[in-house]
Parts: sequence; structure tokens; C-alpha cells
Amino acid sequence: MNQTKKQFWNRKKLIVLLVVISAAYLLTALFWGLFMDPSLYGVHYENKLLSPSASHLFGTDAMGRDMFYRCVKGLSNSLVIGLIASAISSVVALVFGVLSAVFGGWLDRFVKLAVDLCMGLPHLVLLILISCLMGKGAFGVMTAVSLTHWPSLTRIVREEVLSLRQSQYVSASAKMGHSKSWIAFHHMIPHILPSYLIGLILLFPHAIMHEASVTFLGFGLSKETPAIGVILSESMNYITTGKWWMAVFPGIMLLIVVILFDVIGDNLKKLWNPGSGNE
Amino acid sequence: MQLKADHVSFRYNQADQWILKDVSLEFHEGERVGIVGPSGYGKSTLSKILAGYENPSEGRVLLDEAPLPMKGFCPVQMIYQHPELSVNPRWKMKKTLTECWEPPQELLDRIGIETAWFTRWPAELSGGELQRFCIARVLSPETKFLICDEITTMLDVITQAQIWQTLTGIAQERNMGMIVITHNMALAEKVCTRIVDLRTVNHIEPSE
Repeated sequence: MNQTKKQFWNRKKLIVLLVVISAAYLLTALFWGLFMDPSLYGVHYENKLLSPSASHLFGTDAMGRDMFYRCVKGLSNSLVIGLIASAISSVVALVFGVLSAVFGGWLDRFVKLAVDLCMGLPHLVLLILISCLMGKGAFGVMTAVSLTHWPSLTRIVREEVLSLRQSQYVSASAKMGHSKSWIAFHHMIPHILPSYLIGLILLFPHAIMHEASVTFLGFGLSKETPAIGVILSESMNYITTGKWWMAVFPGIMLLIVVILFDVIGDNLKKLWNPGSGNE
Repeated sequence: MQLKADHVSFRYNQADQWILKDVSLEFHEGERVGIVGPSGYGKSTLSKILAGYENPSEGRVLLDEAPLPMKGFCPVQMIYQHPELSVNPRWKMKKTLTECWEPPQELLDRIGIETAWFTRWPAELSGGELQRFCIARVLSPETKFLICDEITTMLDVITQAQIWQTLTGIAQERNMGMIVITHNMALAEKVCTRIVDLRTVNHIEPSE
């Protein structure tokens, strides 16, 4: 590689490029699906079970619905649910983590117990139970996902706040006459924010995967909603008859989205953490 | 101004043994007191209590016969042994330096802080360079007593000499009191006007 090229494409720029491409892909899927004309994935019985072609990139299903547009719409639905669920989850995590670290005592024990309880149970069981209790559908799935994904982030936030509270520069800052809120704003938030945001981004793939699996098992979104989980469970009926495209393409789309979120999260972690600059 | 440890005793919890027992000391402005003693005799604990970072289990710390102020800038400031732990790793050095006051250029020159370091992260400076920032940031005119807990132990001899020369100079000009915690007797003799051996003032009974 020649010298000028090497200097231009340094690691930081590559990471930024990767993150931008991933974010662009995800945002395109999200907004394209949100503002999509429903007739694009409507029922056309004359086009039943077509294999992939130029006019139907991912083929069509038993009701003649175009799989490509259905996939995009489904992904978009999944992203919206994932977005809302992980936003709620992360707020729960932030509040619990900070409270438990700041107040300690029985509150800390309670939060730790709740975290252990939530992590000890298989997620899917909890998800199905909560989703059923809340009457299934988008609301049920969303509630279930947001109520089960906070423990790991809570732990991270709690540890960070605890170690910060005991650090010398925080106690020195207090002795220099700074108030608690000044310290929280200037010392604590810059420390917690990166790991919090990365935790939030890394929550998305979990949320989306769990939404898809609950829906796949029939405890989530209703059959009419275009959603990856629904599409995959429907396609299981046709896969033995050789209609491979109905399972493969939606599966790959879901996989790409999940991997991209992981890529974004991991790379942002490298960018934001000054200590990892020489890795 | 006078800083007084009044029958100070300390232990971490009820079940533990005493670390400090009935320690009474007085420090006056303009004085440079060395506190010496072997490792594990409570030198650092005493310094934390004097600076108000820890509350004594018994007894009081008095500044001019009044308890140490809990709010606002504390006139008793402390410099730690490990500078890399006492600066925020996510702050550039400029922000660390000006956390409580704006040190004048003349002071920075004396301590040996270069303006080029302001835009660096703490990880990009050496221990000695960081320690200079830690010293400069607490040398505000409001500081009446400066507690130095082994502040030069990990530095090379030349840097040690520079830092102590500057610090004693500034303390003399401002009539500031200094409490120097060290296990280096030679350093204490050189820097201090009075030396206290913690073993002679700490009344730990052998059975405890």
C-alpha cells in the first residue's frame, strides 16, 4: 500500500465509514418501510408463489404478496418495536443503576435481586408470558421486550457510578467546592454516557431478535402484520415443498440488521474509549 | 490559621482494630510538618482525615477552632500519591487545571507546566507531568494548608527536587502551612521545619 493511501484510510476513518454505511442501511429500511404504500405488499392472487425474478426480487408468497416489500416493511416494523423497547429498557436501566449505586442499602439489594431474577430466567419464557399477559400484538411484544432487557445495562451503569463515586478525582472535586450536581454533570455523565449509548445500541439486536422469535412462536404480532417473525413462521409451511426464497431472504435480512447493529456498537465503543486508541 | 487534630481515633468499622488512636496534633500556618512512620501505620489515613475526606471515628479536626467546612472550597487541600488516579481520564488537562481556579502563567512556569500540554489527555502525560497539574490546581490563594501524601514517591530524583523547591518556595511566600507525609526521612529533614513520628503520637495499645 502506498504512503498517502495509508494515511488517508486510517483506522478511525474506516470505523466512521463502516458506522455510517450501517446506519444508512438501517435508516433506509426503517423509513422506506414506514412510508411505504401498502399496495406494494398487497395480495395479488395471480402472482402466487413466484420464484425470485427481476420484478419480484425475493419472490412472492402463497397469497401473491411481494416478499421484498413485505420484508422491508417487516424489518421497519421490527426496528420501530426494537427502538421503542430498547429506549424504555435503557431508561429503566439508567434509573435503576443510578439509584442503586447512589443510595445503596436495601435499594441496592433489591435492584441486584431483580437483575439476578431477570437474568436467571430464560428470556424467551419471560417474553412469552409477559406478551400473553399484555394481550399479544405489537403492544404486548413491546412491553415484554422492554421489561426484560434492562438487567445487563443496569449492571453496567451501576458499576460505573459506583467506581466513579469512590474515585479520587470525584472526592477531590467535592473538596474543591463543587456541588453534587456539578460533579454529576461534569464528571459522571461524560463517563457513563458512552457505555450507556453503546449498551443502548447493543440492546437493539437483542430486542429485534426477541421480537422476531416471540412472533415466530405465535405469541407476538398478529398474522396480518408484515413482520419478519410472521413471514418466517409462514414460510415454514412451504419450505418442504421447495419454496426456499420465502425463508432465506427474510432470514438473511434479519441477520444483516442484527449484525450491523453489533458492528456499529462495537466500533463506536472503540471510537469513544480513549484508552483503546492504540488497539 | 491553625489546623488541629483533637484526640482523633479511626477505624473502618466497629469490629476492626484501631488504625489511629487518640492522635492529637497541631499545625500552624507557615509551618512545614513532616509526618513519618513505617508503612501501614496510618499516615495516609491521618492525611485523609485532616483533609476531611474521612470522618474520624472519635475526636475532631478543627480549623481555627471550627470544624472543617463541608461546602465550598476547603482551605485544607490534599495532593495524592497517584496523580493518574486523581485526574479525570476523560478531561483534557486544561479543564483539570482550571477546575477550581485559574492559575496564573507565572505559577505554571515555576511548576514547569507547558502550555502545549493543555490539549492533551491525561493518558498522554507522564506521572511527573500529571502531578504538576495536580499541584497547580490546588494552589489557589484560598488554600491555607496543603497536605502532601507521598506526592513525589514515584518520581525521579530531579523532578522530586524541582517540585519540592517550588512547593516550599510558594509555601514560604504565602505563609501557607504544609503537612508532608513521607517515609523518606532524608526528604523530611530537608523540606520540613518540624518532624513528627506517627509512632510517638499514635496510642495504639499492643493488645489491640
